[in-house]
Parts: sequence; C-alpha cells; structure tokens
Amino acid sequence: MNFIEARKLVHEYIRRDEEGNVEGILAALDGVDLDVKAGEFVAVLGHNGSGKSTLAKHLNVLLKASEGTLWVDGKDTLDDKYQWDIRKNAGMVFQNPDNQIIAGMVEEDVAFGPENIGVPTDEIWSRVEKSLKSVGMLEYREHSPNKLSGGQKQRVAIAGVMAMEPKCIVLDEPTAMLDPKGRREVLEAAGTLNREKGITVILITHYMEEAVQADKVYVMDHGKVVMQGTPREVFSQVDRLKSYRLDVPQITLLAHELRKEGLKIPEGILTRQELAEALCQLY
Amino acid sequence: MSIILDKVDYVYSKGTAYEKKALNQISLKIEDGELIGVIGHTGSGKSTLIQHLNGLLRADSGGIYYNGRDIYEEDYDRKELRSKVGLVFQYPEHQLFETTVFADVCFGPKNLGLSRKESELRAFGALRGVGLPEEYWYRSPFELSGGQKRRAAIAGVLAMKPEVLILDEPTAGLDPLGRDEILHQIVSMHQELNMTILLVSHSMEDVAEYVNRILVMNQGSILLDGAPREVFRYRRELEEAGLSVPQVTELMQELRDRGIPVSPEVTTRKEAKEAILQAFSRNRQG
Amino acid sequence: MLRDITIGQYYPSDSVLHKLDPRVKLMGTLVYVLSLFFFRGAAGFAAVTLGLAGMIHLSKVPFRYMVKGLKSIAVILVLTGMFNLFLTPGEPLASFGIFKITEEGLKSAAFMVVRLTYLILGSSVLTLTTTPNRLTDGLEKALRPLNRIGVPVHEISMIMSIALRFIPILVEETDKIMKAQLARGADFESGNLIKKAKAMVPLLVPLFVSAFRRANDLALAMEARCYNGGAGRTKMKPLKYEKRDGAAYLLLAVYFAGVIALRAWLR
Repeated sequence: MNFIEARKLVHEYIRRDEEGNVEGILAALDGVDLDVKAGEFVAVLGHNGSGKSTLAKHLNVLLKASEGTLWVDGKDTLDDKYQWDIRKNAGMVFQNPDNQIIAGMVEEDVAFGPENIGVPTDEIWSRVEKSLKSVGMLEYREHSPNKLSGGQKQRVAIAGVMAMEPKCIVLDEPTAMLDPKGRREVLEAAGTLNREKGITVILITHYMEEAVQADKVYVMDHGKVVMQGTPREVFSQVDRLKSYRLDVPQITLLAHELRKEGLKIPEGILTRQELAEALCQLY
Repeated sequence: MSIILDKVDYVYSKGTAYEKKALNQISLKIEDGELIGVIGHTGSGKSTLIQHLNGLLRADSGGIYYNGRDIYEEDYDRKELRSKVGLVFQYPEHQLFETTVFADVCFGPKNLGLSRKESELRAFGALRGVGLPEEYWYRSPFELSGGQKRRAAIAGVLAMKPEVLILDEPTAGLDPLGRDEILHQIVSMHQELNMTILLVSHSMEDVAEYVNRILVMNQGSILLDGAPREVFRYRRELEEAGLSVPQVTELMQELRDRGIPVSPEVTTRKEAKEAILQAFSRNRQG
Repeated sequence: MLRDITIGQYYPSDSVLHKLDPRVKLMGTLVYVLSLFFFRGAAGFAAVTLGLAGMIHLSKVPFRYMVKGLKSIAVILVLTGMFNLFLTPGEPLASFGIFKITEEGLKSAAFMVVRLTYLILGSSVLTLTTTPNRLTDGLEKALRPLNRIGVPVHEISMIMSIALRFIPILVEETDKIMKAQLARGADFESGNLIKKAKAMVPLLVPLFVSAFRRANDLALAMEARCYNGGAGRTKMKPLKYEKRDGAAYLLLAVYFAGVIALRAWLR
C-alpha cells in the first residue's frame, strides 16, 4: 500500500445565510485520487481556491472527508483512534511564519511537538538539536523568533515538525509570504530532508518553479486533480497549465513559444541550462 | 513637478541596542509621470525610503522637496502631502474596516474634508479604476477573495486622487493570475491617469516587464539606478545584493558565451524570443 | 511609547537570582510584598531596605535601569502621595485654603510613597531576572494544587505564554495599520475625546480582525503538532530544585521571621 492513498475524496463546505439556512454546498474537494509512495517528493499545484490547501489539511486530519477514503501510513483518517498517530507521522508547516510559532525562544518552540506527545526530557534535547541542525538553524537556538527573517522562521517551523520524527511532512504554501532568498532557504531545507533523511515531502504551492525538483506533480483546479505526472510531463503542456491559472516558468514559456515559431526544441524544458543546450545543438 | 531627495539619512531605534542605519545619503530625483520599480531584498531600506516620500517618517538629516517645496518647512501641510503622495502598504487589505467596500473607499476622501457626494463620486471612480466589478461594491470587504480585497484597498488610496502612487509589494501572496491582473491594472492606471507610480518589489522578473526605470536598493543606499537593460548589465553587483537578473537575461549571456550572437540587452521574454529567432534566421541565410 | 515600559521585561544576565527556580522567586516576591505590609518602625524599615538592596545587588541588573521603570508610574506615586498628604486628619502644620498639611499626613504620605516604590522595585526584580516562559512554568507548577478544585492551571499558563509571544507582534501590527490609515488621511491626534475615540475605529477593527485570524491559525498549528491540553505532556526544561533553591528558601524564612519578630518586639 502507498504511504498516502486517497480514493474519491470529497470535502463539502455548507454555506449558510444569516438566519442559518443552507444556501448552498461548496465542494472544495471533488473526487480526489492521490497516491504518494514513502520517500517521494510530491508537489501539488493550483491557484488560490483550487482546493489544494483543503487537501493538505486532510493529510493531517485537521479536516475530515465528507465522502471517500484517505489512508495515511496504512491508517484510515476517518477512524478517530488514529488521529494523533497520523498527526505525529504527517507533520504540517503552514503559510504564515508568525502564526505557527508558539514559544518565545527558538529551541522551546521546536520542543513543543515532542512535549505534546510525551517524549522524555533527555530525548527532547537531542531531538531539538538534531532537527535544528538539519535545517541549519542550530546557532539560533536561543534567539527570539521575532528577530528572525521569514525564511528562518519557516525553517524553525520545519524543525518543529521534524522533532516529532514524522515519516512525512506537508508544506502548505510555505513560501507564499517570503522573499526570493527566504523561498530558496525553505525549498533547500525541504529538499535536503527528502534526499538525506528519506522523509516524504508534500509541497503545496502555486509557484511552478518550486515543483521542478519534485518526483511527481499533481495539478488541481476546482477541487479536482486535473493533471498528474513527472514535472517534465506536466510542464510540457503549457497551454493547459495556463488555462488552470498557473504561472509557467519564464524559461519553459520561452521554449514553448520558440517551438511554436518552428524551432525544434524538445517539450518540457524546465531550466535555463536545458534550453541553452537545446538551442546550441540546433544552431 | 517632481520629488527630490537630497542626502537623506534615517536611523532606526536611535539610541538603543537595536540602532540601525536604514537610509544612507539617499539622493534621488523622481520626475512627473515616471513608472519606477524599486527593488531590494528584505531589509534593504526600500520600505523605509517610500515612507519618507509621503512624510510618514522624518529624515534624520537631508532634505525632501515635493514640487520644489521643502516638506520639512514649518508651515508645510504634511497632511496634504499624504494625500498627494498615495502610499499603498504591503497587504493593504489588512486596513479594511468598514461594513461595505464602498464605504471603506470613501474613508480617504472624507478625511480630506470633501462632501459626501464628492467622496462618493471619488470612490466610484477609484473602484472603476482598479477594475473591481460593481457586484462587490456593497458587500463586506471580508467576503471578498484575496485579489479583490487588494483591489478594494488600492482603490481606498486612489480615491484620494494622489499625484504620485506608491505600492509596496502589491502582488505579495497573490496567485499568478491575481498578480498579472494587478500589475496590468497598475500599468493602465499609469497610462490613463498619467500618474507617477513607484512599484516596490523583490522580484526582478515581475518588474522588468512593466517599468521604464529601476532603482536597486542595498543596505540603505541606492546601488543602481537606470533603465532595466542598463541595470541588468551589473549582474555581479546584483547578485552580491542578494538579487538576480531575469532568467532570460542570463540565458542570453549563456548563449553568447557559447557562440550564438544574440543581444545581451534583453530583459523580457518577448525580447528574448525575437533575439533568438533573429540569430537563427541570420544563421540560416549566412 | 509602549516600548518604554521596562516593568515586566527580562534583563539577560547570569546572576544567582537569574538561576534560581522561578517558584522560589515567586515565593520570595510574595514574602517580600507581605513584609512591606508587616514591617514597623525604623528597624523594620531598615530590614526591608536591606532585603531589597540585597536582591537588587544579587540580580546584577543596573540600578539605573530599574529606576527607569519607575518613571512610567511616577504619576501614580505623586497622586498617592498628595492624597495622603492633604487628606489625612490630625494636627495641622500648614494650610493653604481648604488644604491643610498635618504631621500624620506627612508621615503617611512618605510611608505610602516608599512602600509603593519598594513594591514596584521588588516585584520588578522577579520579572527582570526571569524569562516569561520560566515564569509561566513556575506559576503552572506552583499553582498545580488548584487543579484539584477545577482551575485549569495548565491552560492559563499556556494562554499567558502565548500572549507574551504575540504582544510584540501585535504592537508592530498596530504601528503598521496606524501608518496605513494615516496614509489615507486619518487623524488620530486632534479633536476632543469623542472624536478621538471615533478615530480609533479604523485602527481597532483591522487589529481585531487580524488578532482573530492569528488566533485561528495558531490553534490549527497547535493542533497539527498534537497539542491536546496538559495531560500527558512532558517538558524540555522541567523545573527541578537545586541546592541553591533550598538555601534561598531558608534565607527567605529567616528574613520573614526577622521582620515579624521586629514587629512583635516593637509593639
């Protein structure tokens, strides 16, 4: 069985008017199938309101499906007795760096998760040290989070999840509020955890460049999965991606336009180096 | 009409342990009708700079002249300056407070002492100007989507009919479509209303396509100032300041290095496409 | 303005007082405050002064820094002094119109001002030498017996530490919103009280909206990290008594007994 397996997952919000009468039902997720193998790096792309964040919250049982099934690490998310187990094994990092740091000192914040699940004191110390090191924030352990940059705060948040020793980490638009430097820091940290510690990473984002390093990409629109495959397979369909209101990287777009003009460039160019190589061979 | 800054210095938290020089001898002239991109990474001083232009922060030394008048003169009306130089902060939707979008946009004009009718006329024009569909005008601002809220908030500043409009990271947190819509709207406002606009951003690629002058800030000073193609020549300096040139500009450099004669002065995708196609057709003919 | 208040702000140092268990310091503060109400006569005053001077010396916090904290409450001190000075009945020493100064008034004014000053200086030693987190930890543990009568001690201390973390964030946010509204021509300064209160609406509404949004996000983030109340939690930095804490308790007992004894003896 896959680490994460969703079958026909549906999540409905009920909209009510001021008197509390049901105005309408909104399907934020509408029959989503998702398969993630242990150790994979998966990116879920979609514009705001496509349902990608709702999906993320299901993986951590912060939301529960209205219909369909979702299994995480072989456990049924609809079964209440697994709730804490799943949360422990599928940690979550949110968008706003300020609103997820609980303690007034970096190391105490990282300790928050392990404290909650009853890890003994000595082990908390070693876990805190290990996870701060893995995101390159060990030297800031005694700092106040308020004095850190956005990228550093997000790395502290990742360390906070890592200290719970999860098998999987779900990042829900972790870079949306960061500047380019902060974005790079966070993506590098996530990539390192995936490669070196074998952590399954699920990155929810609307930046396509961030999905380039993924093993597999899902594209969501209107609560449905509309495209899936390797980054190359997905990014070669430029016109379709644009119709889902996604931002195709400048280089991929340029390659696509040059193809249309008759240059024989392969589909699905992702990086500058690839395009330069392809052009030089044609010249 | 212009804004002139003459050797402006500003120090944050003066006299405390956190003292930091945020602006260092900034001299600058902004002409009427310009569309300028202000670029710099977080903490480079760009937000501090724009807060000086409408008098919200006061320089520790140096002078600022708006249309030839010293704004630090004793009898200068700084409240009026704030209406002439409209400033849209980062995440401006966080300042919405009225029960309807329309009422919120009226807040600025009302503060200027305009009559109700005149305020409403201004709000009407501003909401049109930012392209927010009429069906949202009488809803609570909190019911709107992120992009719509942002437009409503920009309209709130626009309704004061500023001569200069400054937007701090107007696209932060928006998805690609929302971002493109806002940027297009800003450019069309620049053309139609003939406004001077300053666009603050940390993304070179966003800005390169739209502006005709770029100011690069680093450590409280102006590092570079010029047209995009001039600024992007200084690749090493930009990288040292934690910024990067657009991917297509880098691509052109790489192609030249590998013997394809394309112009290095390319800053947008459209220019890149033309440059490459030209090089290839010359190659075929020759 | 908000940043000028030094009461309640931690002053980092490595003094003995900084290292003491927060429960000892809480108890110490309580004993000290009680002693301020119990002492009598010049000898008692000397004992209390000695106690305070000793604490300040041990804390290694510069005295000037502590006095700065008094500035923010100077008005209260002066008012208290005036009340006592003019409103205490007794033998008049001098009088201005309806006001008269009595010997008793003079005494009680001086007494109250000193007492209040000592109270604030003494309790600020607690907050100057203890990080907010250690303080809430100490409170949580010291108040644990109240759990039995249904007081949610863990939750209260969690609320306190989260509040302490978010105060600077909200102060910064207030500043931002204020500037944004100023840029839209808002006026927070001129006008009478009612006009000023009205002018706060554009500031307070966005601030509340933002605070609620943050609270919502934070609750979700805590839940995602398996927070489920105080039951079954362990601690990264559990409170453990050391030898110096025992010594400190002993010292406190001696001090308190001394003040009580002086009071009884002077009767």
